[in-house]
Amino acid sequence: MVGSVKSWVQGLFHDLMGFADYGVTEERYRRLRKNMVILGVLGSMLPLLLMAMVNYHQYQKALAAEVMQPLRVLVNKTKHSFELFLAERASAVNFIASAYSFQELADEHTLNRIFRVMKTEFGGFVDLGLIDAAGVQVGYAGPYQLKGKDYADQTWFHEVQVRGTYVSDVFLGYRRFPHFVIAVAHLTDDGRVWYLRATIDTEKFNNLIASMGLEPLTDAFVLNRSWVLQTPSKFYGKVLDVCALNYPPVSYEPNVIETWDQAGNEIFMAYTFFVSPEFVLVVVKPSGELMKTWVTLKSELFILFVASVVVIFLVVFKLTDLMVKRIAESDRKREEAFHGMEYTNKLASIGRLAAGVAHEINNPLAIINEKGGLMKDLIEFSPTFPERDKFMGLAESILQSVERCRTITHRLLGFARRMDVQIEVLDLNELMHEVLGFLEKEALHRNIEIRLLLDEHLPRIASDRGQLQQVFLNIVNNAFQAMNDGGKLTITSWDHDVETVGVIIEDNGVGMSEETLHHIFEPFFTTKKEQGTGLGLSITYGIVKKLGGDIQVQSKEGAGTTFTVYIPKQSKQVVGG
Amino acid sequence: MDSWKVLLVDDEIEFAAALAERLNLRGMTTTTANNGEDALRCMERDRPQIVVLDLKMPGMGGMELMRLIKQKCPSIPVILLTGQSSSKEGADGLDGGAFDIMVKPVRIEELMQKMREAMGQTRSAISGEKG
Repeated sequence: MVGSVKSWVQGLFHDLMGFADYGVTEERYRRLRKNMVILGVLGSMLPLLLMAMVNYHQYQKALAAEVMQPLRVLVNKTKHSFELFLAERASAVNFIASAYSFQELADEHTLNRIFRVMKTEFGGFVDLGLIDAAGVQVGYAGPYQLKGKDYADQTWFHEVQVRGTYVSDVFLGYRRFPHFVIAVAHLTDDGRVWYLRATIDTEKFNNLIASMGLEPLTDAFVLNRSWVLQTPSKFYGKVLDVCALNYPPVSYEPNVIETWDQAGNEIFMAYTFFVSPEFVLVVVKPSGELMKTWVTLKSELFILFVASVVVIFLVVFKLTDLMVKRIAESDRKREEAFHGMEYTNKLASIGRLAAGVAHEINNPLAIINEKGGLMKDLIEFSPTFPERDKFMGLAESILQSVERCRTITHRLLGFARRMDVQIEVLDLNELMHEVLGFLEKEALHRNIEIRLLLDEHLPRIASDRGQLQQVFLNIVNNAFQAMNDGGKLTITSWDHDVETVGVIIEDNGVGMSEETLHHIFEPFFTTKKEQGTGLGLSITYGIVKKLGGDIQVQSKEGAGTTFTVYIPKQSKQVVGG
Repeated sequence: MDSWKVLLVDDEIEFAAALAERLNLRGMTTTTANNGEDALRCMERDRPQIVVLDLKMPGMGGMELMRLIKQKCPSIPVILLTGQSSSKEGADGLDGGAFDIMVKPVRIEELMQKMREAMGQTRSAISGEKG
């Protein structure tokens, strides 16, 4: 009956307090570690990657611009030279057309003289012809016999009729060497039209290109709009060949593009279109040469990047490891603190409940006690009581049950009791002797050997004698109950540190299972079945904690149990508090 | 056998009645009272030699009653009974002049022993005073 009530209360408390397992799963930390590494690597790698990419492009752009700019300038300058050269020739022809009349120029001597002067003054002139409105060459000065030639059907003649001035593409013509033509139309005051046509050697073009002062691998040439070479190229064909390079987008400003030639080499192609004549000046420079520094820089940047990545990985891994360890450590500490707090709270609530229960039960119990006692008294004091022995036994049984209840309620009250702590300076060794004094007879009777390894120089401590007695009595009592007759109990005391002294009570009794060890200080937990209230060690724990100390227990089934108690030298409990 | 006039004060009538009868069986002359006022009347009427009283009673509590009893009769020994042990009450009780405090339920032999001790002390104190 009493046992079942006890187990019911015990069950209730286990439910109420929720003895949860606070096992920290390794899985959680593994996940945390993984997430932190990913985040850390992403967090530091992404900006690095982004920056590397931006830098790469910017640098490449800057470097390309640096390479391109001189090319652009060179192309522009050369274009101007070409334009100047052509304009000069055209204006020379124009001047003659304006300065002389048709009749004067038609005179062979005059034409020859003018031609000679032009050749010496300007250079590059191959011949000079005077053509009438019908397209027939009426006067000619030059190395060939072209007087009387009819140009009426030729393209250049139509062009000059329409535009007034004409510069032809380069062609081989009768003379089998590259040259081009400048033709101008002249309108006389009386409304007649005639034409002056000069042929110019392209040798002058080559001179202009040569004056660019190009590096050996750089090529420069002039093309017409049909992409036919007007000057010879080092790498892309002879004069009047179609150039092998791709036709670039039309641009009258100097432009540079990065492209490939037919051999697959990367090149910078700088070019500009002429307005008139319809030429294109092209400068080709292999980019490999130019970008050599960039390639070097690129590989250096790459090495730096890889090294940074490695360093980042190492740092992230190391930091993560450190942080996860710290987190695990603080989790563990928090759980311990939480556990301890819960334990204290649990003890306090149980204390309050126990006191209430004990008080409520004690009064009716006292009535049962007195009634039962009276019954027994009446039977005892009346020798002639019928069936005396039987009733005597019944009454005795009632009183024994009351006695059992009384033990429980008194212990409950003892557990709940908020005893005033009375601090005095005491010798812990002496106290141990006092405690053992209570159990001397039992030890003798059961042939239990008690070994005392007490530190002779143990400092005196300020603590509560009565409560410490109860603590050690409880522990030693438990040890006695755990041991068979002939067992061995060892008690050691030592000066633990500046603030605490320690006592170890070690028995070679039956020991405890892990499970038992886990619940050892919980109220109502007992292995003694009907004999124990399960409050002894719980009270012990409460007192030690109240005195500011600590208690630890180690046990091995079949080998024995060791209790270690730490008591502060100066009680942290305020006297009377 | 010792024989004293005992005043037993407890609000639990059943408890008081049974304990009184048991004490009487052991040679005492016990009067019971179930509250403080009753107890004070009994004091006047029966002139008990020892008082056993419950600490916790409705109305006038045990402590107050003890104070009044001690006022009238400082030398009379008082044994306190309580359903719940508390060092505060115990200390207050002892400070208030109680001979001792016992936690219910009590063993009759223990109570008898306590009473004997109380009476012995009182007697020796009285005889000491006389001597």
